[in-house]
Formats: sequence, structure tokens, C-alpha cells
Amino acid sequence: MSVHEPEVLGRAYDARLMRRLLGYLRPHRRSVGVALATIAAGSVLQLAQPWLTKVAIDDHIAPGDLDGLDRIALAFLLVLAGSFVLEYVQTWTMQMMGQRIMFDLRMEIYRHLQRLDLRFYDRNPVGRLMTRVTSDVDTLNELFTSGVVTVFRDVFMLAGIMIVLLWMDWRLALVTFAVLPGIAWVTHWFRMNARESYRRVRLQIARINAFLQENISGMATVQLFRREARNFEQFERINRAHRDANLESIFYYATFYPAIEVLGAVATALIVWYGGGRALQDTVELGALVAFLQYSQRFFKPISDLSEKFNILQSAMASSERIFGLLDTPVEITSPTAPQRVPDLVRGASDVAAAVRPRGGADPPAMSPVPGRGSLPVAGPAGSPGGARIRFEHVWFAYRGDEYVLRDVSFEVAAGERVGVVGATGAGKTTLINLLMRFYDVDRGRITVDGIDTREIPLADLRQRFGLVLQDVYLFSGSVRENIRLGHDAIGDAAVRAAARSVHADRFIARLPAGLDSEVGERGATLSVGQRQLLSFARALAFAPEVLLLDEATSSVDTDTERLIQDALHVLMAERTTIAIAHRLSTVQDMDQILVFHKGELREAGTHQQLLVRRGLYHTLYQLQYRDQERAGTPERAAAGQTAPEPAVVDSGSGG
Amino acid sequence: MSPAASALFPYLVRYRHRFALGSVFLVLSTAITLASPWVLKHAIDHLAVRLGPDFMLAAAGPSLASHAAALVGLALAGGACRFLMRRIIIGASREIELDLRNDLFRHLQRLPPAWFQANRTGDLMSRATNDLSAVRMLAGPAIMYTASTSITFVVALVLMLSLSPALTLFALLPLPLVSVVVQRFGSAIYLRSERIQAQLAHMSAVVQEALAGVRVVRAYRREGVEIERFREANEEYVARSRAMIRLQGAFHPTLAFLLGLSALIVLWIGSRHVIDGRLSIGDFVAFNVYVAMLSWPMIAFGWVTNMLQRGLAAWQRMLDVLQVEPAVRDPETPVAPGRIRGAVEFRDLTFAYDGRAVLSGVSARVEPGQVLALVGPTGSGKSTLVDLLPRLYDPPPGTVFVDGIDVRELALDTLRGAIGYVPQEPLLFSETVAGNVAFGVRAAGGAVADAVGLAQLDVDVAGFPRGLDTEVGERGITLSGGQKQRAALARAILTDPRILILDDALSAVDTHTEEAILARLREVMRQRTTILVAHRISTVRDADLILVLDDGRVVERGTHAELVALDGLYAGLHHKQLLQEALEES
Repeated sequence: MSVHEPEVLGRAYDARLMRRLLGYLRPHRRSVGVALATIAAGSVLQLAQPWLTKVAIDDHIAPGDLDGLDRIALAFLLVLAGSFVLEYVQTWTMQMMGQRIMFDLRMEIYRHLQRLDLRFYDRNPVGRLMTRVTSDVDTLNELFTSGVVTVFRDVFMLAGIMIVLLWMDWRLALVTFAVLPGIAWVTHWFRMNARESYRRVRLQIARINAFLQENISGMATVQLFRREARNFEQFERINRAHRDANLESIFYYATFYPAIEVLGAVATALIVWYGGGRALQDTVELGALVAFLQYSQRFFKPISDLSEKFNILQSAMASSERIFGLLDTPVEITSPTAPQRVPDLVRGASDVAAAVRPRGGADPPAMSPVPGRGSLPVAGPAGSPGGARIRFEHVWFAYRGDEYVLRDVSFEVAAGERVGVVGATGAGKTTLINLLMRFYDVDRGRITVDGIDTREIPLADLRQRFGLVLQDVYLFSGSVRENIRLGHDAIGDAAVRAAARSVHADRFIARLPAGLDSEVGERGATLSVGQRQLLSFARALAFAPEVLLLDEATSSVDTDTERLIQDALHVLMAERTTIAIAHRLSTVQDMDQILVFHKGELREAGTHQQLLVRRGLYHTLYQLQYRDQERAGTPERAAAGQTAPEPAVVDSGSGG
Repeated sequence: MSPAASALFPYLVRYRHRFALGSVFLVLSTAITLASPWVLKHAIDHLAVRLGPDFMLAAAGPSLASHAAALVGLALAGGACRFLMRRIIIGASREIELDLRNDLFRHLQRLPPAWFQANRTGDLMSRATNDLSAVRMLAGPAIMYTASTSITFVVALVLMLSLSPALTLFALLPLPLVSVVVQRFGSAIYLRSERIQAQLAHMSAVVQEALAGVRVVRAYRREGVEIERFREANEEYVARSRAMIRLQGAFHPTLAFLLGLSALIVLWIGSRHVIDGRLSIGDFVAFNVYVAMLSWPMIAFGWVTNMLQRGLAAWQRMLDVLQVEPAVRDPETPVAPGRIRGAVEFRDLTFAYDGRAVLSGVSARVEPGQVLALVGPTGSGKSTLVDLLPRLYDPPPGTVFVDGIDVRELALDTLRGAIGYVPQEPLLFSETVAGNVAFGVRAAGGAVADAVGLAQLDVDVAGFPRGLDTEVGERGITLSGGQKQRAALARAILTDPRILILDDALSAVDTHTEEAILARLREVMRQRTTILVAHRISTVRDADLILVLDDGRVVERGTHAELVALDGLYAGLHHKQLLQEALEES
């Protein structure tokens, strides 16, 4: 998984993106108003300081008025204090607004992520999605808090200085402004070139990253082929290109700032020369001249600041493009608009408790024939009332394009029936689970639960009916208890304990330092594979599903744990429909029905005995595994076949 | 100087001439910057005198013009010096960055695969990019700003003292406070930003957990819980940010206030001095400018300190990598065997990795021209055994021999040059097909085409849009698994190896193609040694010697016929293979 995406160096300004971004400011109009007002007032106070100097020189120093000076000093102090308050208020308002916007935006992205299809997760590595929620949002924060605000402040300052200068002496002001075209030109030149050279630098950095990524992960190959010297040459070339791009960008920066300073000096010189001359003619006061000099110096800072905002804008545009791209990704698998409610679906804690209570003998379940090609009629009495009835009708499915992993699959599982699914890797077994849970939607055909198309049942209702137990048990950070009830508070403590007891998980839990409250997951206790397995059984049982979907673990556990697991499985399967994907045929031998998948097709179905008698695929598979069981303890996974791997129902990856 | 800093010293010394020249321009530009207020002072004093009782209009003109010209001239000279200073010093820091990155990469290329397994790629890349850029800031801008701000500070101080010692003293009163504020706020801001970073990491972990477990989340309808969990993390992040904003919001205004106080003092006390006649009006104006100039070093000081600290921490992280001694090294005095023939021997080889025994007591011997096959379950040690031959891991002394010489006594170049290795999951590079095949040697087009043909990749290549010149994309993403394996085979063949290792190298190639490839390989490998690791019995049945490994031990050995007759593990595998084939065909 590569978190390094190709760096997109888009435009610095995109009106469409900007409009959408500014839309996030709308709920915070008051904050924006306060910030703008404080910026404006702050600028006025900033402008007052040279003015006070002017008044001091012309009205008090020149006539030698000491009392007036004290008043000026007091005014100066008030201006300083006022600036302090205004700037504090402005920073606080703006930054807090930025934080609130970022909070909302993060929630929006995250909520959307919780709804997006699994297909989306197949395409996007988790690391990349994390970047969206964290650093991309932070980049936008910078735009909102420092970018937008300082642009306003700079513009206010510029306008304010120009007005004051014109008001003090319009002729001297116009002479001073003579440098403005020069500044505009230099700034424009710098902006154009700096942008280009920034782009080149980013490009080279991306190349360095790509090269490092590839060569560090392929270091063994590099060393085996003694390619070190040539690779070093290659790396040095990229490295040099990076340096050259940087040297070029130094040129622009090294030219820009001194050029602005020279222009500033020209302005000063003009004021001294022309203003001085006018002072001698007594049309300009000396204090005004000094104020002019001070103003003109403050004039240049906002201009060079403005040109630096460019980078913030550019990266904010890139980030917002990525974020909006994510937010605009449509959710394809959604609850139906006019759902079919299943009447007996109202469940609560009492049902949970009831489900945990052991119940007596289930009827012998069976399966009724499904008409149509590919169906496999199996005779038997009607299903038991416990559990749901599931039907696949001519289901076709491909993760990608037309590479079908299921081809015209039809079968029916009666309520309460226990069905095992077997077949070589790549036969499409786990896809059955993915489709039943509507992690993906079928391409053709349909799947029904109790006669209702899964696409017509609200997603939460549908998924509530299934208990999924995966090969690799996924633990969340948190307590054992939380990992059993997974945040559903309706599942009470008694239910959690009962579930744990029923699947024999209570014993190892009791041995943990804090029992049910022990932390597990990344920062908690490490559980063995078998213990994780039992925990996931308890989890499934606590939710009291009508249908148990089981993807059997392939990893071997010691025989004692194995016995516990087998025993727990029987508890789990009691009184509910079970579809178990089995990797070991021993698991499915006493199932009511076994479905044999091969290359995406349902090829055989029947009981263990029926299938053995047929001497078909199942028989071959059985022989393959029989060999393994003779050599118990050393699973030979190569025997599982060399066909293309199918997307496994595991949490780490989803394949396709 | 800390040991870490002294390790950086040689890199700086290499560019001492540039740094020296850059320093000259630095001093010049600072001096010129400080000179212009002086010119201003004279201009204003000149005006003030003229504006006195009897102003002489005629004489004023040229003098004002010359002052103005001096101001522009100084600015031009100062600008030129500043331009050169930036180019030379920052340019040198870019050269240092280049050297450091080259050295880092060169060093990485010497470290063995085991080291890379223990260190994540992302982490290493961050050292080669983020940390390196912090070190560069240390080597260039930090030095430059430190020098220029301290010179500015000292010279401005001297000039102010020469104008008016008393006023200087008063004006500087708030400045120690500025330093205290910068220091205090700096460390508090640092602490709070650490807390924000920690919360950001936590928030990322929450996201990571929920997204990595997306199926469980959906299956158990945990979306709402996850959203709540994220909201909590998000809220805490905002809360910690708020604490930071409170500080930052106060930081800049406080600085501005203190610096403003200096200006206020100059205005208030300075103007009295002007009235008293102790200070000219020009001195007063220049003084104002110098006070403004002093405020910058005060702010920059904290900033540069931060840059230095970050740079040193980053440099330490880089040193952690640069100072790792490669575990697999060339021998001090390598044996020069002339031409390697390709006899391979494992002699009672026991190898443990991470304290876990992977191979125990493995012995085998093959002569040039022979084929050695290794079979056995996953994790039985087959791949480890073949990894020891080219010293991807170092075997214990006296256990692995090529032509009777301990591999540890051969130069890595000699040893690896004699071995062609095709791994199970070959890694291709984002180059053309031809570039990938000629990865180990610079070869002519004809030789590349021959190797591609031998690996049965020629038909596929003919179908590629640009034939051999087709780019294969990052990690060969545009090729199928089988194509990648065959490209890797061609890559190994092209190096003309004396020993060819195929580590389950054709697993993604169908059986028929594999047999065709092996048949042609036998021709090429007639005088050379082949070591095959395979899952398919059909691949190894013609081998001269087959070792069956289980749990790191040789449990069966012999030819195909002998092993089938033994009716043990190998015979079982063989039987399963036949069933497998039947399954495939059905």
C-alpha cells in the first residue's frame, strides 16, 4: 500500500472550489464579521502610530511643548493597548471559527466514510483515507485562519496607508506612489516564477520519494543484482535535479526581497528629495515628512506578505479538491427508499437473553429445490421456525469488470438449516458472505431472505439478522466487554456474560487481569488465536442473529482449544440458520447440506455421504484433506490450490 | 559540541569557502542596512538646520538630491549583497542536503534485507526527506539568521549608544521582557503543540481502526458507535487546539505591545531630549528606525533556537541510520577464486533467526550442472536456505560453500555476481520491460530479447503497446503475476549466472508454460547449477537431488523415483498434486 500519492499540482485558484470552501464560512457569519471589524479597527490603530509621531514633532517638539508630549505618549499607550486587545480578539475569533469548521468538516468526511461502499475501500488504502481526515483538513484550516484573514489585513493596511498619505499631502503621496508600478511588476514576476519553481521542486521531491519507496522496498533485489552503483547514479541524478530546482527557486527569493527593499529605498529617497524640497518651501511640515517615511516603510510589508500567501492557497486548493472528491463519491449500496419491513424483527435485550438460553432439539432441516439452471434439488421436509430462509437466485457477481467470481449461482437454505460451503481457494465462497451482507450488490440475479430481496430490506435490519464470524478476528481497542457487544449498550452485562459462558470464553476471560474489563486490541492484552476466535463467537452470540455466517479460521490452534471451539460452534449454530465456509472438511461433515463451489460455480450439493458416493469434486477435496489430517499439525496450504486468490473476507484487505 | 553536532561538522567544512564568502556579504549587507538610517538622520538634520531662522533655498536642492541618491545607492549595494548572501549560503545548504541524502542512500544500499524488515519504509523515507530538510535548515538558514541577527543587534546597539546612551538604556528597558516572553511562550507553545500532535495521532488511530475493520463495523452496525468515538477524539482535538489558540492569540499581541513600548519610550523621552537640545531631530528619527530594527532579532532569536533544536533532533534520527554497521559485509581479505564454477554445499547448517531455529543440521552438495530441488510445507525453511547462499542473511561460518569456499570469505560482488536469483514475488521497478530485464547488467538489445525469449515472455511482450520499451509501472503493476515472474527469470538469466536459484519462481505460471520454460532452461544450465524451490512436484521431478524439508530439517532426500518409493511426505505431496491437477482440469 502506498500512501504516497502522485502529487497533484493543480491550479492555485479554482473559483468553483473556492466558492464551495467559502460556503463553510456561512454558518459562522458572526465570527467573520467580528474578525473583519477587529481587523479594520486594528489597522486604524496601526496607522495611528506614525501619525502620533508626526503630531509630536510638528505640534510639540517644534514649539517645545512638554505637556502636549505627555498627552501624545498617553495616546500612544492607549493605541498600543487597543491593538493588543483587538489582535487578541481577532486571533481568538478566527482560530476558533477555523477549529469549528474543521470539526464539522472532519465529521462530515468521517460520516461519509462510514457509509461508503466496500468497493470504495478496495480502491483506496486506509492510509490515504486517514490523510483526508487529518492533514488535508489541517491544510484547509491554515487557509481559513491565516490565509484569508491576513489577506484582509494586508488589504486594509494598504488601503489605509494610501488614504492617509493622500490626505496628508496628495502631491507627496503621488510621488511616493511612483514606485508602485515597479512593485506590482516585481511581485508579478516573482509570483509567476516562484510558482513555476515551486512546482518543479515539488515534482523533484515526488520523484525522490518514489525512487526511495521503490528502492527501499526492493533493496534485496537491488543487492542481489549488484545494482547499487547504478542505482546510486540514478538517485544522484534525481537528487541533483532537486538541488537545481531549489537553487533556481533561491534565485527568485534572493532577487525578490532585495528588489522590494530597493524600491522601498527609492520611495524613501523620493520623500527625502521631493518632500524635503517642499519642506524647505514650507509647504510640508517636518513631522509630516517623518510620518511619510514611516508609513512608506509599513507599505511594503503587506505586499511581500501577500505574495507569500500564494503557497497556502495552492496547497489548500489541492487538499480541498481531494476532500470534495471523497465527499462527492456516491454511496451505491443504500437502504431502499420504500423498504419491506420484516414483521418479526423487533429485537431487544430480552431476545438476546432468550437466544443465549439453550433450547431443545431442532427439527431436521433441509432444503427445497430452486427451479432453474444450476440449481441442485435436494429433498427434505420444510425448515424449522428458528432462523431465516435464504435463497440465491441465478446470482452473478464480479469484483472487477467481467471477471465473474460467481456465475449463475442458485441455492436455498431453509430456516434453521446448517450449510457448509467448500471449494478450493478462488472458488467464490467468501463472496457469498459479502453479497448476503450487502457489502457488495449482485450484478445479476437476486438474493432473498424470507422471500424478500435483500435490496428491499433496510441495511441495518438486514445486517442485524446476520452474525458474522470472520477468519481473522478483528479486535477494537477497548475492553473485552466492549469487544463482545461492540458498543451496543442494549446488550447488557448479563447477556455479555451469558454469551461468553456459552462459548466457553468465560474461563480465559476470568484469567485476564481485569476480567471483562481488561483492555484488548493494540494497546491491551495479547490474546491467542484460539481466544480471539472464542471472543468472536461470544460476540456473534450476544447479538443473537437469526443467521450465522461463519468463515472458518484456517490457522491451527492446539487440540484443547480446538475442542472448545468445536463445542462452542455447536452452541452457536443451535436454533439458527448457519452458512459456514469451511476450510477443513471435518467441520462440515455433519452439516445438513454441503455446497461445493468450483471456479465460481455451484457444482455439487448434498450431505457428506451423498457427496462422497458421487465421487466428484467433493471426493477429490476430501482425499486432499485426508492426506493432511494424516499428517496432523502441519497444514500444507499449497494443496489448497494455485488458482488466482479470491478476495477474502478479512479485514486487512478486500481484494477484487 | 555534542557528538551528533560534530558528526555534522565535516559536511559544513566541505563548503567552508562558500560559507566564508557568504559571511563577507552577510556582514556587508547588514552594515549597509544599518547605514541607511544614518543617511536619513543627516538628511533630516540638514533640513532642520535649513528650516532654522534663515533658510537658504538655493543650497538645499543639491544636498537633498545627494542624500536621496545615497539612500538609493546604499539600498542597491545592500540588495546586491543580500542577494549574494542568500544565494551562497542557502545554496551551500542545498549542496549539503544533496551530500547528506546521497550518503544516506549509499548507506542504505549497504544494509542487509533483515534490517529493512525491522525498519518500516515510511519511517526511513521520512528520515530521508522531513528530517533531512530540518537538518538543512540548521546548516543554512539557521546559521545565516543567527549571524545576521546578532550582527544587527550588536551594531544597532553601538550606533544607538553613540547617538544617545541614556535614551538607548531607556529604549531597551522592555527588550529583556521580550526575550522572556519569547522563551516562556515558546516552551508553552511547544508543550501544547505536542499535546495536539498526540491527540492527532490518537484521532488517526481511531480512524485507522474503524476503517481497517470496516467489515466488522458494518456487519455489527457499529457505524454509530464509531462516529461517536471519532466525535470524542475530534472534540478533544478542538479542546487542545483551543488551549493553544489562547496562547498563540496572546503571544503576538504581547510582543507587539512590548516592542511598541520601546517606540513609546523613544517618542516620550527622546522628544524631551530634542527639546532640550541634547538630540537632533535627525538623531531622533534614526533612533526610531534602529529601535524597530532591534525588535526583529528579539523575535528571530526564539525562532532560530527552535530551528536549531529541531535540526539537531532530526540529525540525531538520521545518525541512528547512518551509524548502523551493515550486518553483512565484505570480508577483510576476500578469497579470489578466479571463475566460479557453481558447486554448492551446505554443511551441517543450523541457522536461527530472531532466536528461533529456522534450519537445523542441513547438509547437501551439488556439482556444477546439477539440479537441487527443495520441497516441503510453508515455513519449513526452504526460502531461508536459498537466501543464505547469496548472503541475504549471513550463515554461520563454515556452513555454506561455493566451489568449496565459505561464502563468507568471498567478496559480495563475486558471490552475488555468480548467482541469478528469482524470488517468488519478484519486485519489478518502474522502468521499461527491457530496463527491468537488464537490471543487473548493461546488456545489448539482442541479449535482452534472448533472455525474454528463454523465459517465454516474448509472446507477451510482442502484445505490449511498445514491446520491450513498455513501461511496467510502479512495482510492475501493469503486468500479471505470471508475466512478472517470467520477467524476473529473464532478469536473472541475463546476468549469465553460474548458480540459478528459482524460489517457487513460476508459481503464477501455468503448468504447461512452466514445463516449456524448464525444458529450455536445462539447455542453458547444462554446465551450471540450478536450485529449485517448488510446490509443484512436476517442477522438481527431474532434479538430481530432492531435499524434503520439514520444520527446518531434511526429512527425506533422493531422486523423484526414490522418494515416491519411500511413500513418505514426498509421496503424499505427489499424490495430492495429482488430485490437484485433476481438480484443475474439471
